[in-house]
Amino acid sequence: MSLAEFMGPLLTGALITIQLTVMAALFGGILAILAGVAKMYGNAAVRAFASVYVEVFRGTSALVQLFWFFFALPLIGIQLTAMAAGVVVLALNLGAYGAEVVRGAVKAVPKGQWEACLALNMTRVQALRHVVLPQALVAMLPPASNLVIELLKNTALVSLITIPEITFQAQTLRAATLQTTAIFSLVLLIYFLIAMVLVYGFRRLEANLSQGLHLGRAH
Amino acid sequence: MEEQAVSNLAFAWEILPFLLQGLQVTVLATVLGFALALVLGLLIAVARRSSVRLLSYPTAFVVEFLRSTPLLVQLYFLFYVLPNLGVSMSPLVTGVLGLGLHYAAYTSEVYRGGIDAVPRGQWEAAVALNLNSMQTFRFIILPQAIPPIIPALGNRLVSMFKDTPLLSAITVVELLQAAKLIGADTFLYLVPLTLVGILFLVLSLVAAWGVRLLETRMTLRRA
Repeated sequence: MSLAEFMGPLLTGALITIQLTVMAALFGGILAILAGVAKMYGNAAVRAFASVYVEVFRGTSALVQLFWFFFALPLIGIQLTAMAAGVVVLALNLGAYGAEVVRGAVKAVPKGQWEACLALNMTRVQALRHVVLPQALVAMLPPASNLVIELLKNTALVSLITIPEITFQAQTLRAATLQTTAIFSLVLLIYFLIAMVLVYGFRRLEANLSQGLHLGRAH
Repeated sequence: MEEQAVSNLAFAWEILPFLLQGLQVTVLATVLGFALALVLGLLIAVARRSSVRLLSYPTAFVVEFLRSTPLLVQLYFLFYVLPNLGVSMSPLVTGVLGLGLHYAAYTSEVYRGGIDAVPRGQWEAAVALNLNSMQTFRFIILPQAIPPIIPALGNRLVSMFKDTPLLSAITVVELLQAAKLIGADTFLYLVPLTLVGILFLVLSLVAAWGVRLLETRMTLRRA
């Protein structure tokens, strides 16, 4: 088999890898904001729940979580498809790490912003939504970029629960052709390229979003 | 329901010795892999600082590459490609090598942060004292650069510990693989996988607590 013939299955797999990354990033991002805000402003019960979530998912291995959701959950009656289990675990994982990023960024918004909201008679939710989070978002982007690269790398794990993403395709090709060097070199290269595109995208986003903020920051 | 809980506990107790054997392999892989990452990471950090661009540019590229590709694929690469080149190693050794290389990319960044934080005057003083670059690193820079970054290195150690289950994909019977073997034998995945989760959680919480303790003690000492 030639290099060109490897590319078909590998690119099909790469597409699924990208899908997984995008879906998990969206859900994980939402979870991160919810958990981060819950840890800061929730009542005691909400705070405790958010802390347990964050500690459990940061304290255990992503692969163990994946196997638990895929192999162990069906035994207590919850059957997820491989794809659903993959997205759920990747998102929960990202959300747990992201919660700390959200917390750090929100804490870094100057206190005067909160006081100004108070003076304008805004509720706490309004202040958070319209004033604090939009500013914190910019500070979140560099660490979020790192987390999304980690997410991209973690998507390789779902090959072990039979999702036909790029690493899974590589294993199938390997079994069929034994051309391991070519296959795995290509796969590493494709991951590297996806990661570069992601990093570039985040940099652009950061540049765009921080444009209007310079005035607000310089006080 | 209660009977079920009792039988689950009995089952957990029965399989615990086998899981603990797996845990030994996990810990061994973590310790050896991290030792490798500490040594390689330092070499990489120094190479990246080199004024010889033929050395520093490729090193920077390798670090980026290792950091932005999955550990699992790197492990497969070592596991399936190295034998083609005539290098055959046991799965565990391959796994340790993979962990060490992947995490060397991360530790090198930590070292870099530590080295960059050493004041310029220290370098200048070393030049004034006519030390060569080897002596400068060994006696002046590293003794100041390394202590402050020990907590950050500790965090990397915890991350690596949590990545060791990936070795199960290249047939190493570590903690997760031990649980999967039990699951495959008995079709009871819930108990072994939950136990593995608990073991990881407890050990990483203890480790994280240790790192935090270290951090407070070091801040106190510096203050």
